[in-house]
Amino acid sequence: MGKRVAICAVAQTKYESNKWQQRMQGLVWEVVKDVKEQVGLGFGPREIESSVTCSDDLFDARTISDNAITDVVGAHFQGEEKVAADGSQAVYYAVSQILSGHHDVVLLAGHCKESQGASRNQVTHLAFDPFFTRPIGLDYLAAAGLQARAYMAASGVTDEQLADVVVRSRQWAAKNPLANAQDAVTREDVMASPMVADPIREGHVYPVSDGAIAMILASEERAQELCDNPVWITGLGNCYDTFYLGERELEGNFSLSKAAERAYKMAGVTDPKAELDVVEIADQYAYQQAQVAEGLGLCGAGEGGAWLEAGGPDAQNVNRSGGMLAGNPLLMGGLARVAECVLQLQGEAGDRQVAGAKRAVAQGSTGPAGQLQTVVVLEN
Amino acid sequence: MSKNRNVGIIGCGMSKFSSHREEVNQPEMIFEAVEEALADAGITMDDVECIVHGNMELFEMVHQPDMWHALGTGTRGKSGVRLTTGGTTGATLACAADNLVASGLHDVVMAVGFEKLQEGHTTGGISNMADPLWGRKLQAGALTGTTALQMIDKFGEERAKACAMKHRVIMDEHAALNEKAHRCFNLERSFITEMMDASPQLVGELRMIHMCSQSDGACVVIFASEAKVEEWKKKAAWVHDHETVHREESIIFTEEKTTHRVSAERIYARNGITNPREEIDVFEMYDPSSWWGLHWLGEFLLLDGDEHLQMVENDEICINGKFPVNPSGGVVASNPIGATALVRVAEAAMQVRGTAGKHQVPKPVHKALASGFGGTMWSTLMLLSDEKLNLEEAS
Repeated sequence: MGKRVAICAVAQTKYESNKWQQRMQGLVWEVVKDVKEQVGLGFGPREIESSVTCSDDLFDARTISDNAITDVVGAHFQGEEKVAADGSQAVYYAVSQILSGHHDVVLLAGHCKESQGASRNQVTHLAFDPFFTRPIGLDYLAAAGLQARAYMAASGVTDEQLADVVVRSRQWAAKNPLANAQDAVTREDVMASPMVADPIREGHVYPVSDGAIAMILASEERAQELCDNPVWITGLGNCYDTFYLGERELEGNFSLSKAAERAYKMAGVTDPKAELDVVEIADQYAYQQAQVAEGLGLCGAGEGGAWLEAGGPDAQNVNRSGGMLAGNPLLMGGLARVAECVLQLQGEAGDRQVAGAKRAVAQGSTGPAGQLQTVVVLEN
Repeated sequence: MSKNRNVGIIGCGMSKFSSHREEVNQPEMIFEAVEEALADAGITMDDVECIVHGNMELFEMVHQPDMWHALGTGTRGKSGVRLTTGGTTGATLACAADNLVASGLHDVVMAVGFEKLQEGHTTGGISNMADPLWGRKLQAGALTGTTALQMIDKFGEERAKACAMKHRVIMDEHAALNEKAHRCFNLERSFITEMMDASPQLVGELRMIHMCSQSDGACVVIFASEAKVEEWKKKAAWVHDHETVHREESIIFTEEKTTHRVSAERIYARNGITNPREEIDVFEMYDPSSWWGLHWLGEFLLLDGDEHLQMVENDEICINGKFPVNPSGGVVASNPIGATALVRVAEAAMQVRGTAGKHQVPKPVHKALASGFGGTMWSTLMLLSDEKLNLEEAS
């Protein structure tokens, strides 16, 4: 990248399992108002020029879900474009709006209320094609079960290790005031929780969550005016895998490896094991923390079990936010990772701060069993 | 606002548009458009780095359809972004593809717009966009008779109705020249009054015959960096600019201007266009009905009197007229919603590149304008040209 793009402000709601008292518009306004005040900008030319939103028609049960929030993101005779995928993809697109020269200051605002549906699995079931894979009842949880079984066999990950991933997530979540699942659990608690998609146990699954996130992104020139501690997006990459689970190497990281390779190349990261101070992984299910660690190059392919055993997550500062396991809704999983990286790089992460963090990586995924992967490298 | 680097459209493809594409599933129908666009550009999937994808998912009730559609878009191993903004989706995809190439993140980006309306309930799907507490009981899909009422008030019943029908017939004449068009009825100018009177009223004077179709179809447009365009020696339709004007969902009756007029004012001002009727050679407009097509022509061209009615009455908007509008037949002929606004960009690019075949306008095309419409009266414009931007001069 020739020019640079910075994140100048971040705001998140508290993540909760049922924010019944707030409509989605209220959630989004809470965080949009916050970031606007942080940078002291209104909407319009030379202020916030455009917004990139992130939401989903099915989760919101509204056709064109963004038309419900155009007013709260300032789109009164102004630009607004919706990314319908994980919020890390919205970061990817917002950066292109600025690097293209089309805009200098962009508001990014995403939301998801998983609590509104009777079951989020009913929504993700509809991601499967109506001919072959929907009739057998697949949803993201069931697809993850198939992937978890294949991955655990290939990488030697055990039920005990997965329980420890959850125990550690809760320990860090207790230090993150915005996290949803903060109650301490023991290895035994997790291992006694029922199977929901063998080998995935109830304790391995991120809790149903509601929440919204907003950010202000700006070009290099404007970023310096807008804040004292801009966090620079120095690398971006994303990649799709094919659709049918049977045609993928479920235990591998085809799309994530490519996404990471693209982002690392742009950011000049040559040795991810040594050059990343903070790592945020969107672990919807406990096994994904190890699988994604392999894909991000924190350990070798097939070494996820050994990496967990050797204390890799602590050594490499993985998910001090508590991770997605501590409860972010789908769509906000990757965006919450980016938000945590920004806080860490600004030195604003409170009791979970990684001292002297200079470079962070955030990962997000969209689709069944991580079909689309997104990687963002950030530096202060 | 400036542009980091030039972006050109080098390939366009469309599936056949129809009310029922039962012989193909969604990825298969998309693949038809992908193949045609790649052939048009003279490249292969190996040359494409990034795919932007969009539609309106509540029509077909497929969540995150870019996942399944990977089978038809060829996105395995490639980058991509999914964007959806209702009816404007296709225009948003074009803006996004332009941004992604201009940013330097990608050299070749393929925009894929899609809808298979036969697999869902179109009017029900659209009604579902209204606020469940405040608006849903009132929303009747995309059917609104307000514009007809206003135009009748302003221009008199006889003239307004005749103009809307004339617009409809001209679009039908254009559709007859476009082999991809969904509907062509061979409507005859001599029976305009009879056809209108015989057509069922939907809302007030908005009649069935004025309204767009609901179609199955896919559209693909390939955007490339200037370096790639030159390396491959392609004739390109260069993207000069785009403007997106959204607004809130509540209706504010005191608004003086439409989003269409505001988007046009902005894009003309930035690009030094003072007389759009003279300086733009062809306009592909998202015209969901003949009433809207007629009204919005005046808005997009910043007209205040009855000149847009005159433009229809004197055949100026015909394919061989002075200011051709929708030589493709427009949206009243074909409307696969998630693809529709991208079809406007594709058709404008085809006119600039001279590849529109039987519906190529019979005059040189230097500048073409494409519009997208959707959401709660949202407007997106893209300006294309046969000459690339002089970026040093522009900045």
